[in-house]
Amino acid sequence: MSSSTWEAVIGIECHVELKTASKMFCGCPNEFGGEPNTKVCPVCLALPGSLPVPNAMAIEHMLRAGLAFDATIPPLSKFDRKNYFYPDMPKNYQISQFDMPLTQGGVVRYWLEDGTRGECRLTRIHLEEDTGKSTHASADGRLAGATSSLIDFNRAGVPLMECVGEPDIRSADEAVAFLETLARTFRELGVSDVKMEEGSLRCDANVSIRKRGAAEYGTKAEIKNMNSFRSVRRAIASEIARQIEVVESGGRVIQETRGWDEAAGVTHSQRSKEEAHDYRYFPDPDLVPIDVTEETVARVRATLGETPYERYVRYVDTFGLDSKRATQLVDDAPLAAFFDRAVTASGGKAQAVVAFVLGDLARLANESGTPLAAGKVTPEALAELAELTSSNAINSKAAKQVVETLWNEGGSAKALVEREGLAQVSDRGAVAAIVDEVLAANPNVVADYKAGKTNVMGFLTGAVMKASRGKANPTLAQELLKEKLSGGS
Amino acid sequence: MDPFTDSAGAIARAVNARSTSAVEVAEALIPRAERVDAQLGAYLQRTPELMREHARRVDARVASGESLPLAGVPVAIKDNMCLTGTRTTAGSKILEGFVAPYTATAVQRLLDAGALPVGKTNLDEFAMGSSGENSALGLTRNPYDLDRVPGGSSAGSAAAVGGFEATLSLGSDTGGSIREPAAFCNVVGFKPTYGRVSRYGLIAFASSLDQIGPFARSVADAALVYDVIAGKDPLDATSVDRDVEPAAGFLREDLRGVRVGIVKEFALDALDAASRAVYEAAYADLERLGAELVDVTLPTAEYGLATYYLIAPAECSSNLARFDGVRYGLRADGADVGEMYERTRAAGFGPEVKRRILIGTYALSSGYYDAYYLKAQKARTRIAEDFARAFERCDAIVSPAASSPAFRFNAKSDPVTMYLMDYYTIPGSLAGLPSLSVPCGAALPEDGTRPMPMGLQMTTPLFTERALLGYAHAYERATLHAEKLTPVTAVIESSTSLRAPSGNRA
Repeated sequence: MSSSTWEAVIGIECHVELKTASKMFCGCPNEFGGEPNTKVCPVCLALPGSLPVPNAMAIEHMLRAGLAFDATIPPLSKFDRKNYFYPDMPKNYQISQFDMPLTQGGVVRYWLEDGTRGECRLTRIHLEEDTGKSTHASADGRLAGATSSLIDFNRAGVPLMECVGEPDIRSADEAVAFLETLARTFRELGVSDVKMEEGSLRCDANVSIRKRGAAEYGTKAEIKNMNSFRSVRRAIASEIARQIEVVESGGRVIQETRGWDEAAGVTHSQRSKEEAHDYRYFPDPDLVPIDVTEETVARVRATLGETPYERYVRYVDTFGLDSKRATQLVDDAPLAAFFDRAVTASGGKAQAVVAFVLGDLARLANESGTPLAAGKVTPEALAELAELTSSNAINSKAAKQVVETLWNEGGSAKALVEREGLAQVSDRGAVAAIVDEVLAANPNVVADYKAGKTNVMGFLTGAVMKASRGKANPTLAQELLKEKLSGGS
Repeated sequence: MDPFTDSAGAIARAVNARSTSAVEVAEALIPRAERVDAQLGAYLQRTPELMREHARRVDARVASGESLPLAGVPVAIKDNMCLTGTRTTAGSKILEGFVAPYTATAVQRLLDAGALPVGKTNLDEFAMGSSGENSALGLTRNPYDLDRVPGGSSAGSAAAVGGFEATLSLGSDTGGSIREPAAFCNVVGFKPTYGRVSRYGLIAFASSLDQIGPFARSVADAALVYDVIAGKDPLDATSVDRDVEPAAGFLREDLRGVRVGIVKEFALDALDAASRAVYEAAYADLERLGAELVDVTLPTAEYGLATYYLIAPAECSSNLARFDGVRYGLRADGADVGEMYERTRAAGFGPEVKRRILIGTYALSSGYYDAYYLKAQKARTRIAEDFARAFERCDAIVSPAASSPAFRFNAKSDPVTMYLMDYYTIPGSLAGLPSLSVPCGAALPEDGTRPMPMGLQMTTPLFTERALLGYAHAYERATLHAEKLTPVTAVIESSTSLRAPSGNRA
């Protein structure tokens, strides 16, 4: 048997730290890093007597996130306590949402690198609070043989949304594409910075396999500790391979939690279902239920723009961009906005515009460190340039020069072409005169051509361009050269 | 002006008028509280330096032209409320030595109104108890018989006011923890509507029931405190954003036109003959003042105790999880973090606290949640509905505040017998209603030598504190029961005649 016999079934759960000024239930700043235990107060340290007060911005972010994925926003939601002891969780319960999350359902539409599109339903997105961070230290300061633990509560109480996906994903690549779309969308909405390296997006994957075509799910393993999209891809692929191997060698997959070992490239068993917690969820009596009015939903919905997926589809389906270029634009929101304005101003010359935006202009932006959208080139100037090149009013060499000048000085592309006399000479008579001059000046080369060395055509074309100071229409020049060389004597 | 016996209103008037100073009040009270407390044990910690500091601040504010509602009034604070720089223990070994780095909203409002903090008072550990005996840190005695309990859980706050060691105090009431000790100590104890007073800085026992309220020697003084501490607090999401009708200036002198409900299920024949006589007389006095007595029924009240002893422990099992030895308070070392937790909590919590954590953990467990916690919540709703129906027929409901007067130490070793002390107070707590106990006479216990004070409980609909305090004031002024008893601690200050304030005309 082979892997084509098997189908993987994958469900992703991810935690995303929300971007708010303050923490979820207190006024401490919600910022990454800082000296340990400097962003803390009685509430997020769970001092006796302190009480949580919900962050309204975090709740609004949740609505934005849910609505962007067509989730249902129930009119009533509430916070529950998830009880378990852990040293970096100050209250020894986490304020979370159990049976009445802020958003229910929805669907994440995504695309893969090769342009294939897919979708994965969401079960829910709910709001909770983050924990602190433990560091284990020994007497000599090393982790090995640690005898004590240090806890930094700066992160404790940071608002966290948990997105739970349905088991609709079938490959490691799809899982990554799903996560990338979530990340793009949350960034676009401004609800999170989604920095995996700072831990603001953390994900777990439930992985199982079944015979291709089977209706029943297999037994799943939950994979944890994947800290980058790359490790998500590797971990899931490795886990699928492991499960196939287990089953094909006559074994049975058991339900358990497995940790991803980045260095070894394999997952390790962490705990089995039998050791599962009883979290004793109950409604948090310190917090009142959350009423979400229709007016609030309508107001938040009105703030939503085009999602990254919608933009991608428009670029590919309407503008005819290839998937790679469309993705490049979608991943840079200011660049995409610049691109869209330039395309509109140019009357829809998307291909010509994208060639500059991802070509010369991208290079100049990269070299100078100034993002394109913040530079001197206006979308209107770029639109003019796109028109000039698409109508062959200037040739590509002149276009390069115009781009450089616009980048350095700004201004109008048309005015620049006029001022510098860069307009392409496409007048047949004028170019023919130059061709005649060049042929007359290079009798040896003409002889070579006639002797069959047709590769001298490049030299001759270059000579015509040079003689015209770069303005001759190169296509026309070549055409006339050929005509005269074959027709002539 | 007598700083020991005068009403809060009278002291504040004198300090505001600068006929006396807050510093003079403090200097008079500090040595007295020390002497009296050697017998009473109301305080876990007295804070004389803090009291002097606040007194100086109050005098400076008054000198600059401010008029403060509680200027120079000595107050005692139950030790489950945070006050910056003071040890805040909740009567538990697990918090022995914990110094609060912040101040509870209700305490802050009192201090801002000019009150002077005498100290932090003893309580049943984490406010779990009805006698004060569950404190792990001290023994508080009843000022009217030192061999008897002061009631609980706000034991020290009731005893301090009853024993004239403070003019006012703050307590907290979860199932009767203000009203029962108030009845035992011959003082007024008032629990406002749930959500009226911020819980921020009150160490949680059962979050959906806990409510801060005052002890005072008169209803008028209780009203004065209520006006200061009530109102929305942005730091407590459950505090209610609803205008507070000031009560202090709106108290009434009679009960004409008031329909007073007598609850069928709270029949007095459950009491001994002496206690029964006290309440029969109280009901007759209400009628004499113009009230119309009407029979009402609370059919689900009998489930109050069972309901309460599921909901309160469930919440406490979660609320007390934070006491784990990691960040503050007691830590007993162990081989790993799990053992450290176990040893810390085994050593730090007393038996009643452990019992309730166990009950609550069980009630919330997977497979039991529906049968216990969820069912208790449904019962709670039914009880609240019963009250709402009863209030269609009456304006206030009266009953005994406790099942008996103060009993001797160690008289109730069986927890359920102790729980039954709160039989009358718990249903109103479950319904979140404003409720108080006002002194209504005394009865000589069979095993006693002195008549012990008793309290009449009055309960009104949600957010009707002004009306409730008005009814209680009318009853109190007409009967003056509190003034008929003298605490045994009076002999300490033979020069001072200790009486409850009369003629408080705020």
